[in-house]
Amino acid sequence: MSEAMLVVDNVSKRFGGVVANADISLEVAPGEIVGLIGPNGSGKTTLFNSIVGFHPIDSGSILFEGREITALRVPQIARLGLLRTFQQTRVYGKMTCMENMRISTANREAGLRGMFRRFPPAVDEHAEELLEFVGLYSKRFLRAGDLSFGQQKLLEFAMALMNGPRMLLLDEPTAGINPTLINGLIDRLRRANAELGITLLVIEHNMRVVMNLAERIYCLAHGELLAEGSPDEVQSNPHVVEAYLGAH
Amino acid sequence: MPNRNELAIFLAVAVAGIAAPLVLPGYTTQFAFLWVMVVFALTWDVLGGQMGYNSFGNVVFFGLGMYVCAVVQIAPFTDLAEYTSASGTQDIGLSHGQYYLGLAVGCSIAAVAATIVAAVLGSGILALRGHYFAICTLGLGIAAGEIAAGIDLIGAGSGMVTPLYPGGIGSRERFFYFLFLALAVVVFLTLRSVYAGRFGLAINAIRDDEDKAEAMGIRTTRYKTVAWCISAFFLGIAGGLVGNIVGFIDPTEVAFAGATFGVWMVLMAILGGKGTLWGPVLGAAVFHVTQEVFWTYLFGWQRVALGLLIVLIVVFFPQGILGWLRERYPERFGHRIEPAEGASREGA
Repeated sequence: MSEAMLVVDNVSKRFGGVVANADISLEVAPGEIVGLIGPNGSGKTTLFNSIVGFHPIDSGSILFEGREITALRVPQIARLGLLRTFQQTRVYGKMTCMENMRISTANREAGLRGMFRRFPPAVDEHAEELLEFVGLYSKRFLRAGDLSFGQQKLLEFAMALMNGPRMLLLDEPTAGINPTLINGLIDRLRRANAELGITLLVIEHNMRVVMNLAERIYCLAHGELLAEGSPDEVQSNPHVVEAYLGAH
Repeated sequence: MPNRNELAIFLAVAVAGIAAPLVLPGYTTQFAFLWVMVVFALTWDVLGGQMGYNSFGNVVFFGLGMYVCAVVQIAPFTDLAEYTSASGTQDIGLSHGQYYLGLAVGCSIAAVAATIVAAVLGSGILALRGHYFAICTLGLGIAAGEIAAGIDLIGAGSGMVTPLYPGGIGSRERFFYFLFLALAVVVFLTLRSVYAGRFGLAINAIRDDEDKAEAMGIRTTRYKTVAWCISAFFLGIAGGLVGNIVGFIDPTEVAFAGATFGVWMVLMAILGGKGTLWGPVLGAAVFHVTQEVFWTYLFGWQRVALGLLIVLIVVFFPQGILGWLRERYPERFGHRIEPAEGASREGA
């Protein structure tokens, strides 16, 4: 897979004496949906933070579409089209859903004039389409902070799509979402992947979701890469079972 | 585009603004300062309200503008060091043309100088967040006053006298009144316009969640710096004009007056409702009128009364007047749930 979209090569990150990530290597090919699983505290979110430039890594390198992004900062990486969502759901609480969507449009063109530009009607139309897509159209003039947690999660997903990314890192997209809505969300993630061509790397605790969604899965435990393979392979891997059941 | 309600308010304010000094000429200076207060509150709210960065140092740009403008007005006509050491006894006798040209050039250079200082300071300290930024700007305001009080060329601690207005008695007040009215209108319309575009939503996003804004690729540092530059630009002009209407620049009481102007900016914006367009205007009007009334009827106790008012504002109107109205009458002032025809932006 030399044409991989995202290459994480031997990345290590420690916080004081705690080794959060030890020599993690993984690859995601264009158009793939890859799952990242592991018990709590196994270093999944740390790895996401390392990839998007939230903190510097201790060693290793990260490539996005063949470009070295190890030393880039968060907004720069985001503008390349590699976007992440947050585990603790982050939206702009005092702004309406539509405002949240408008400001999420990618602003890749530099220059002072771009900063003051008005939003063309096409932006609003696109925002409404995407809100419709995640089922929040009727809430579009509510303040984002007044939405329920699950709705905020959906809004955050719509905002990410509004940005038109090449690849999305989703940190537990179904956490806190009503079980009956989860199937709908899986369907939407698949459609975003198939119709919009967005490559997905998904952290997920819900085994049913990740086994259904992902084509390949990486499993972390104690900051190390434990297993990788198809959902069936990972599911039957004795190390993975051990890590999850705690017989260590 | 303004809707019909807004247009009516614009019209009412314009009529009142133009009529005020003609109907009550005795109060022209007080009315002029009303518009100064509006400019203070509006420019403070760019960072403090819309962007969520509480700045206690905006008075730096105001004082800087005041000194820069005065120097530009005086230096071409006489030796600056001699002029300031004569502390007001030397009249350089400017003609009408010299005075107006000097004021225009002075204010322009003041605006540019303040903007440059904001860009330089901002690129450094706007990386600080929350309370750290607030404390840092508080230090800036105090330091600026002390520095100005140490420079002999601009009169050091004993201050500086601005050039005499060449016109007759009473005409000076009216001249500056209309300049301040125009400045306030320009500031309001400029902010109204930039808030409606990408800039407004970007600084709102920074207020609500700066980490998220960065994760979405927004150039936060650039937006923050430009926001401060916009404030500084207008405060520089305001400073240049205020120096001329007051007639005397004291480094810590007039120019870098952190304890009065510096605090009032914050209070007026909070009183009216920070983070809204009309809130700071409303807050400035209410605050200024109240303050003038205290000076007139509670003389000797006016500072105590003002302090009490500040406490009452913070305790009972933490959201400001407009914020309170929005909560109380959401259907009239709040965010709309259903869009009005062709509405592109909700709320005031």
